[in-house]
Amino acid sequence: MEIGLGHYLTVAAILFTLGIFGIFLNRKNVIIILMSLELMLLAVNLNLVAFSVYLHDLVGQVFSMIILTVAAAEAAIGLAILVVYFRNRGSIRVEDINMMRG
Amino acid sequence: MIVQGLAFYLFSAILVASGVMVISARNPVHSVLYLILAFFQAAGLCVLLGAEFLAMILVIVYVGAVAVLFLFVVMMLDINFRELRQGFLQYMPFGAMVGLILLAELAIVLGAWAAAPAATQVLGAPTPAFDQVNNTRALGQLIYTHYAYLFQASGIVLLIAMMGAIVLTLRSRQGVRKQNIPAQLARRREEVMVIRKVPTGEGV
Repeated sequence: MEIGLGHYLTVAAILFTLGIFGIFLNRKNVIIILMSLELMLLAVNLNLVAFSVYLHDLVGQVFSMIILTVAAAEAAIGLAILVVYFRNRGSIRVEDINMMRG
Repeated sequence: MIVQGLAFYLFSAILVASGVMVISARNPVHSVLYLILAFFQAAGLCVLLGAEFLAMILVIVYVGAVAVLFLFVVMMLDINFRELRQGFLQYMPFGAMVGLILLAELAIVLGAWAAAPAATQVLGAPTPAFDQVNNTRALGQLIYTHYAYLFQASGIVLLIAMMGAIVLTLRSRQGVRKQNIPAQLARRREEVMVIRKVPTGEGV
């Protein structure tokens, strides 16, 4: 029952895959897509922390903190854009987001 | 050691289960609540790994800020979520295929992976022994010295994100009566006062 690095990497890999799967599954709902992105960032954070602990190197945890910062900023900006979009269009369907002809 | 193993399996099982629920819950409010549960489990895994400071930061930042922000937005926007769920099953096979391919690739990488013997010699910042310096203090000693610029840069990222969110969502609505203090202070007597000569007995 020895818990090694591989165990943590497996959990993080499953979580990352769930994030990708969530993006495809909820193609129409931007909010769930943003939540899936958060899940993927969480998985990456877990990877970094696991490697940091098992290699006895503290830099991984510093990286993890920076990723946390960027994730928070991304969530704030993404939700602000969502709110503005909803105010202008009255919907958050992904198919309707084509004002810039993308 | 057996307690550690049990805790690991408990945390990771709940983490994966709540991850599944995040992407498959019918109600987005439930999704956000499962996301909070997932963050708590990840914090538990970090404690298990010995990264306590990061675990606490995970709870404070993710649960206290990000998840609450999601909850606010989900509850504030008046959206027909049932309509947004249409096509859920239609995208399932493709999404499952991509997910399985990715998982298989990660499994291959994980199966063939081995740490180089030299990896333990080229550490950027070796972790001090836990009985001398605890995790929080060691991390602080690192980010305020070697990574001070990176730390400041992440502060700037947060500042810009805050300003961006404010600028995006701030709006000045027309037709709303409210006090305009600069306009009041900028009034001059010449602009607002008129002296009229009123002839006697005629009125204005």
